[in-house]
Amino acid sequence: EKADPQKTAFLLRKAWTLYSVTPLYGFRRARLRDYARLLGAFIAAEKQKGLAVEVGVELDIKVALSSLAELRGSELDQAALLVQLSSRSRASSRNSEDKPVWLGWFCSVFGDDLSENVPEHFTCLPLFLSHGAESYTSLVGSWFQKTFDCCFRRLAISPLNLSWMVAMWAGCKLDRAASAVELLFSVPRLSQPLDISYAIHPEDAKALWDTVQKTPGEITQEEVDVFMDCLYAHFHRHFKIHLSAAKLVKVSTAVVSAHCDGIVKILHGQYLPGVLMLLTELAISQIQ
Amino acid sequence: HLATSLPLPSERDHLRPRIDLVVFMIDIKSKYSLKNVETSLAYVDASFFLGKVCFLVTGVGRVNACSIEMNAICKLGETYCSPVLFCELELEGIRVATAQRLVRMLGICAGHIPGVSALSFVSLMRMSDDD
Repeated sequence: EKADPQKTAFLLRKAWTLYSVTPLYGFRRARLRDYARLLGAFIAAEKQKGLAVEVGVELDIKVALSSLAELRGSELDQAALLVQLSSRSRASSRNSEDKPVWLGWFCSVFGDDLSENVPEHFTCLPLFLSHGAESYTSLVGSWFQKTFDCCFRRLAISPLNLSWMVAMWAGCKLDRAASAVELLFSVPRLSQPLDISYAIHPEDAKALWDTVQKTPGEITQEEVDVFMDCLYAHFHRHFKIHLSAAKLVKVSTAVVSAHCDGIVKILHGQYLPGVLMLLTELAISQIQ
Repeated sequence: HLATSLPLPSERDHLRPRIDLVVFMIDIKSKYSLKNVETSLAYVDASFFLGKVCFLVTGVGRVNACSIEMNAICKLGETYCSPVLFCELELEGIRVATAQRLVRMLGICAGHIPGVSALSFVSLMRMSDDD
């Protein structure tokens, strides 16, 4: 499925916090306007209760819900669901522009593992990404959890999965000059925390991956292991430090950067489906 | 006796008591620990693999910090015909229970339990394979 680059451009170069979401019960696409109204009312009510997001600031939050049919893997996936929170200061004139304040979206890219086993009336959108204040995320999350009986959980990315990301996308051919492949490690059990940043020239990373990968388009765990072992061995030769004993915390490639706390930034639209497919898989395995 | 890797230094060979059980500890958060264990296995005499070796995987409470693939560990246990135990050292209850298990295994391996020998572990492993 080729997504229209214009429609999905807003997703790029933003830091998204990841969540896994269990299937939504009783969700109906036709009622998006109603849901937006209800969510808006919920947020206003919570603010009245004193659970205000920003104290002392008079802000009306407007909610918009929309579908993005382009963001999915196959016809079996549900179209992505976008939630936008924008603010209009009461002090300004009626015609002033709404300022976007928070953005969240649910999606499923090749999430058949989950959707094929789910009973009627359930909508599967296992991956949720949010950008903006955590307080808004928790308001929106609470409303969805109450309304559709679902459960949100922060999606952490293990060092094993971060290694897959490096292997998958370090060797990508990009038109412009690609940025360095960077791995960030945190060394445990020291009195002073120590972070090690390992930067690799993208051409070298690609050359290494090309010698490791046997079948183009296919990646195996062994190939990822060999690739990472080469990087670790090279580092050990120079610095006598075993990176394999440290915790891989963050990876950055020209395509995507990802942190183990479940924060990703997608940099290139061409690989958006591939990245979302991997993240959908991670979300589903966290749910099951 | 604790060692960070094998082989043990030969200088102390004559002072060392008989070794009844070798427990290889693998930290699921450290790929290095798996590599270390794999290298050390080469220094263990074949007779130990008749029930006197076991793998102890630690850190399993934190699935999100996993640096080692579970399949690799299970394959290790199968290849060396030795049981794989999982535990989380940070939780006192599990730590104590695991220690008790290991002491029981050690008692059997040292021949202190009449009627049960280390070979029982091997046949137990074989039985679960056939299932």
